[in-house]
Amino acid sequence: MGYNCVVLVKQVPDTKRVTGQAMNDDGTVNRAALPAIFNPEDLNSLELALDIKDQFGGTVTVMTMGLPTATDVLRAGMYRGADQAILVTDRRCAASDTLATSYILSCGVKKLNPDIVLCGRQAIDGDTAQVGPQLAEKLSMPQITYAENLVSLDGETIVIKRNLGNGWQEVKGQLPVLLTVLDTANEPRVPRAKQMMKCKAARCRMEVEKAAKEDDSIDVDAVCSDLEAKGLLIRQWDLDFLGADMQWCGRDGSPTKVHRIQSVVLAAKESKEVEPTQDAVETMVHELIEDHTIG
Amino acid sequence: MGNFYTDNDDIQFLFRHLNLEKVAGLQEENFKHAGQFDIAPANADEAITNYDMVLDSIGRLSADFIDPRSEGIDREGNTLNEDGTVTYAKGIAESMEALAKADVMGFTLPHRFGGLNFPCLIYSMAIEIVSRADASLMNIFGLQGIAETINFFADEEIKQHYLPDFADGKVTGAMVLTEPDAGSDLQACNLRAFQDDDGNWLLHGVKRFITNGCGEVLLVLSRSEERTGGLGLSLFVCDRGPTVTVRRLEDKLGIHGSPTCELFFDNTPCQLIGERQRGLVTYVMSLMNGARIGIAGQSMGLAEATYRIARDYAASREQFGVPIEKLPAVRDMVIDMKTRIEAGRTLLYETGWIVDHEIGLNKIIDNAEDKDTKKAAKKELKFIKRLGGMMTPMSKYFCSEMSNTVSYDAIQVLGGSGYMRDYACERYARDARITTIYEGTSQLQVVAAVRGVCGGTCEKYLVQLAAREYADSVQDLVALLKEGTETLLECAKFAKGQGIDYMDLYGRQLVDIAIALIDGYLFCGQASSKVDMEVAVADNGDAEVPKTIPMTQRKEILARRYVTRNATLIKKLSEEILSGDKTTFKDYEALIGPVPEIA
Repeated sequence: MGYNCVVLVKQVPDTKRVTGQAMNDDGTVNRAALPAIFNPEDLNSLELALDIKDQFGGTVTVMTMGLPTATDVLRAGMYRGADQAILVTDRRCAASDTLATSYILSCGVKKLNPDIVLCGRQAIDGDTAQVGPQLAEKLSMPQITYAENLVSLDGETIVIKRNLGNGWQEVKGQLPVLLTVLDTANEPRVPRAKQMMKCKAARCRMEVEKAAKEDDSIDVDAVCSDLEAKGLLIRQWDLDFLGADMQWCGRDGSPTKVHRIQSVVLAAKESKEVEPTQDAVETMVHELIEDHTIG
Repeated sequence: MGNFYTDNDDIQFLFRHLNLEKVAGLQEENFKHAGQFDIAPANADEAITNYDMVLDSIGRLSADFIDPRSEGIDREGNTLNEDGTVTYAKGIAESMEALAKADVMGFTLPHRFGGLNFPCLIYSMAIEIVSRADASLMNIFGLQGIAETINFFADEEIKQHYLPDFADGKVTGAMVLTEPDAGSDLQACNLRAFQDDDGNWLLHGVKRFITNGCGEVLLVLSRSEERTGGLGLSLFVCDRGPTVTVRRLEDKLGIHGSPTCELFFDNTPCQLIGERQRGLVTYVMSLMNGARIGIAGQSMGLAEATYRIARDYAASREQFGVPIEKLPAVRDMVIDMKTRIEAGRTLLYETGWIVDHEIGLNKIIDNAEDKDTKKAAKKELKFIKRLGGMMTPMSKYFCSEMSNTVSYDAIQVLGGSGYMRDYACERYARDARITTIYEGTSQLQVVAAVRGVCGGTCEKYLVQLAAREYADSVQDLVALLKEGTETLLECAKFAKGQGIDYMDLYGRQLVDIAIALIDGYLFCGQASSKVDMEVAVADNGDAEVPKTIPMTQRKEILARRYVTRNATLIKKLSEEILSGDKTTFKDYEALIGPVPEIA
């Protein structure tokens, strides 16, 4: 039997390529200075979903919340074999923290009634690892975090090997289930040439509307129905369509308040020699505790 | 997360500089397949986007997946099992699966068989990128000419049977040509093809040195006629079933991931490709030309890989208180390596472009409805075909020799460390060694190319190149190249006058001059390019030196060094040719003496 998988993906700034321009003066991320990429561990979760589809059949849906530019990651999902792509986009999603994000995504996932929901362990921009677990709570699904291997899957139950850092654990769960997947789980496949050649034309409605603003000859409805017929229309869901309760969305739904952001520049300024004696080392450790370097 | 396509400025530049619009239009037959197949492009822009996306994907796969496996593949090699089957090295098997999953095993096959229908030029780029990660894998990825030969010459039924499986990566193939007594001289092939009472063809005999002979689909050159020589040979296709045994797996110097097999055919059922007697003279010649471009691409990938290690080492290794790249001898070697690589790539891509042009014109001749179009295409094809016939062996010769020089120089830059197995340079040098040998030795490539150099093809091409538009900044170089052309013509005339043997004796010098001139013009063309691209300049700590310069400026610097240095080389080579020295013929016996006894 097949399983319907929903993979939640995120477009993130490539924080591995941080340069001096990576932060704005107000402490926010300068997204223009960092290329936008597919969150790495989301590729691992997509790979696991595609692997489940290859083995057992079923479908893979990729979903993201973001601006229409985030469709890049949805197309990248289609290039690898996702059957459908959904963009959750709405101005009222702006300023959502992990709690609001997980609420909005839960409204989207409920519409799809999946057997397995897959997330990357964490996104490299915020590194919170909160959205997956919060989403499972909101969906009232069991969650298996730090997933590294699919051990078995048989209709009702799934067995996953978790990597806890200092050991492994095999966990059995009831479907439907939510998994958060580690980068050690697999080697994500590269895009399929033929899927790229076909799906590079996939667009959401807002993208077609934007193109129509620059080119009068584009008939938005006609283009969208043509895309739909070819399986290339990226579904676009807003908060009204999701039936979301506004008090849990955007700024109102986000209890996280950023108190202060500090730009920390690490630079070696001076060096200090410490004699290899018990006393000298004790003094050094004491100093390091004093100035909060350790402890 | 690396990418062997996007991290290579020269490939990025050439992808934009070469006229891909024309290639795409020819390949897609004016985009007539759009709408018929969901991946067929509707216009040149879309086709070029497709090429770019797929190369990008291969670039990532090569850097992140294939390259990390290459050392293990070299150490592990393939295994011959007792039942006459072969188990690939783990990394080869995994990489083949990844390439199949990436949909790139039907690179040049037409849309109707599930292929990507990409041109040869783009395939050459892909082969270079994959070979940079693992040269031995190229012997499987780069053997797609086997499927192409079936596509060009076999009956529809055979095409339908084999080609979709090739495109899906479900099967791989082998060119089964060489025999113990038939290497460079394939006319001497002895493996028998005969018909049973029902007219079914069967094969019997031995083939040797067969790359990927354990592949599922074998193209076998066999003697089907009673007569001797090339016209007694036909080409057959068969499956590697129980009647085909791998008797031996060769233990080689390099390309350990590529299984080189001795095959025994024991009355193996097979099917005839095309017509009898055309096996060697038409089909294998075409197959070999494709394979030669593949080897040139493989050589490029190897050279690029080893150059990068040497460049990194030259900048980081300090001796006498400075990085060794500050030392004149090392500096010179590094620049020469880089220049040779770009000269090889330029020549190879130009060849790919010409071959695509030839394939495109053939399609027009086959399919055009109005007579005038056909006639015009036939007229154009005549010269393009001859040019392809000269440029293909030239590229194979130059790129393979270049990869050997560069991989030896890379070891030299690394010194003692380069000789150790801690660095990959020694592996690249071992892998590169075969490139000047298989698919026709350098000596035979020169024999093939020198016919074009002395027969008017090269002259006509050089005149065409001289007539192209060049920037003012390189006009003095163009003048030098025109002078060089005069010298070449003088040499060609003299050599021809001395007879065929003399022409072959000085073939290398003649071909070297021709390549120096062709690449010289093409470099000047690159320096005059409309492509707007900035490239990084090495940081030597001097604040006055700009961080980037336009690629055209860099190419002008390259063209200047290349053309002016070659002007002296051309002079030297021409003196050798014009010397009339025939001691090689008349003094061989006296100089060499009797055959030594080998213990």
